[in-house]
Amino acid sequence: MYSQGLIGADGRTDETPEFLEAFQQRVDAEEKIEPTDAMPEGYRRTLVRQIGQHAHSEIVGMLPEGNWITRAPSLRRKAALLAKVQDEGGHGLYLYSAAETLGVSREQMTEELHSGKAKYSSIFNYPTLSWADIGTVGWLVDGAAIMNQIPLCRCSFGPYARAMIRVCKEESFHQRQGYEIIMTLAQGTEAQKEMAQDSLNRWWWPALMMFGPHDGDSEHSDQSMKWKIKRFTNDELRQKFIDATVPQAEYLGLKVPDPELKWNEEKGGYDHGEIDWDEFWRVVKGHGRMNRDRIKARKAAWDNGAWVREAATAHAEKRRTRRMAAE
Amino acid sequence: MAIYQALLELADDHLVLGHRISEWCGHAPMLEEDLAMPNMALDLIGTSRTLYEHAGELEGKGQSEDDLAYLRGERDYRNCLLVERPNEDFAHTMLRQLYFAAFMYPYWIAAEKSSDEVVRGVAGKAQKEMAYHIRHAGEWVIRLGDGTDESATRMREAVDALSIYVDELFDSSPAAQEAEAAGVLPKRADLRAEWDKTIAQVFDEALLTLPAVPFAQRGGREGLHDEGLGHLLAEMQSVYRAHPGARW
Repeated sequence: MYSQGLIGADGRTDETPEFLEAFQQRVDAEEKIEPTDAMPEGYRRTLVRQIGQHAHSEIVGMLPEGNWITRAPSLRRKAALLAKVQDEGGHGLYLYSAAETLGVSREQMTEELHSGKAKYSSIFNYPTLSWADIGTVGWLVDGAAIMNQIPLCRCSFGPYARAMIRVCKEESFHQRQGYEIIMTLAQGTEAQKEMAQDSLNRWWWPALMMFGPHDGDSEHSDQSMKWKIKRFTNDELRQKFIDATVPQAEYLGLKVPDPELKWNEEKGGYDHGEIDWDEFWRVVKGHGRMNRDRIKARKAAWDNGAWVREAATAHAEKRRTRRMAAE
Repeated sequence: MAIYQALLELADDHLVLGHRISEWCGHAPMLEEDLAMPNMALDLIGTSRTLYEHAGELEGKGQSEDDLAYLRGERDYRNCLLVERPNEDFAHTMLRQLYFAAFMYPYWIAAEKSSDEVVRGVAGKAQKEMAYHIRHAGEWVIRLGDGTDESATRMREAVDALSIYVDELFDSSPAAQEAEAAGVLPKRADLRAEWDKTIAQVFDEALLTLPAVPFAQRGGREGLHDEGLGHLLAEMQSVYRAHPGARW
C-alpha cells in the first residue's frame, strides 16, 4: 500500500567532500544508483529505513483490509478483496527484497517492526469499521499512496524505482476498485449512502496526514530531495491529492468533512483546514486506536508460525544431508 | 432439481474451504504463505461462483450466486464436513487442503467428460488449480512430517483429527447419484484408488501413516454440520443479510 512521509530518517553522513561531490553529480545526472555502487552511508541508511517502512506498511496494511475478507457482501467483492490484499503482501515481499540489496535482512527488518524500532504508515492504526471502509481505503489511502509513489518510480536508487513501477500499476487498479465500491454505495440505499459518508468522515483527515508533516517541520526532506529519493515536498503532494480527490467526492454526492475547504481560483487549487497535528504525532508515537493491536497481530503470526519455519529449515537440512550421503 | 442440488453441494465445498483459508490472510507463518493462501482461496471461491451461477440458472428461479451463498442457513448448506473443519494450525490447514485437492483433482479430470458444458469448462480450469494445491499442500505436509519433533507431532495430530472426514468425500447423495447417472458429474466412489495413491505418495515422504478409521463422520450432504459452520456463515452473511435487496 504505502509509506508515509518518512518518519525519523537520518541523512547524516561523513565521507570525504570529494566522494560526496562525485556521488551528487551522478544523482544530478539522473544516473541510477545500484546496490553494488559506492554510496554515502546516510543515503544507504535513509533508503533502508524508507524502503523498510514502506514494506512494513504493506504488511501491516493487510490487517485492516483482511478484517473484511470474511464479511465481504458479495462473492465478487470477496474475490477482489482477497486479490487486493494478496497484492499488498506481494508489494511487501518486493520491497523487502529491494531493501535486502542494501545489506539488511528481512528477519532483521521484521524484528525491528515487532520491537517498535521500525515504523509503518500511521494510516493503518485506524480501524476498518464498516464495509465502506474497504472502499475508502482503496479510494483515499491507495490514492494518496499513488501520489507519493509515482515520483518514487524516478527515485535515484534503482531497485526501489523499479519496484515502484509495478507497485504503482497495481495500486492504481486498487484505487479505482475502491472508488467503485464507494460509488456503488453512494448510489445505493440510504443506509449504504450513510455508510459511505461516515467512512469518508473518518478517513479524510488521516489520509491527508499520510503525506507527513508540513514542509517546514519535515526534518530530513531537504537531504532526501537533494539525493533524489524524494521529488516533491509533503505539502506539494498533499495539495495534488486534495485537488484530485475533492471533485471525485463531489461527483458521488459525498461531503468532504472540512468546513474550510474552498476552491482558490488564484492558486488553481483548494484551500483547506488545518490538520490536527497533535493527532498525527500521537498516532506516530504509538497512541493510535490500533497501534498495539496491529503489532500484536503481526507478532502473533510470527511467533505462532515459528515452528513451521523451523520445520522447513530442518527439513531442508535433512534433504541436503541425504543428498550428500547419496553422492 | 437433482442437478441443481448436486451442483450446490460442490459449490458449497469450494466456498466453505475458500472461506476457511481466507481466514489466514495476514496471519500466515511467513510472507510467502500470506501470498499462497489467498491464491488457493481465490481458486476455490472462483470455482464456487461459476457453480452457483450455473445452479441458479438450472433452477430457473432467478437466484444469483450471492443469493445462494448468502441467504441459505447452515441446515441448507450441503458441503462435506472436511472443508468446514477449523484451521487449527498450519498442519491441519495444509492437510485439509491436501485431502480435498487429492479428491478434486481426479474428480475434475473425470468431469471433462461431463454432458454439461459449464461443468466441462470448470473441469478444465479447476484440475490445474487442484494439481497446484496438491503440490503446495503436499510439500508442506512432507516438510512438517519430516521436519522437527514438534512439526511431526502436530502433523500426526492433524492426520488423526481429519482422517475421520475422508470417507464422506466418496459418498454420493441421492441428488449426486442422479447427476452421475445423467453423466453430468463423475462417480465419487470411483475416485478412491486415485486418492489413496496420492496420499500414499505424500505420506511415504512425510513419514506419516493413514490411520484406521473406527467410525467415519458423515452428514454434511444432509445439512447436518458441526457447530463451527453456523459461525462461519453468520460472519460471512452478516453484511449481506443486514441490507436486504441492496446492491454491492
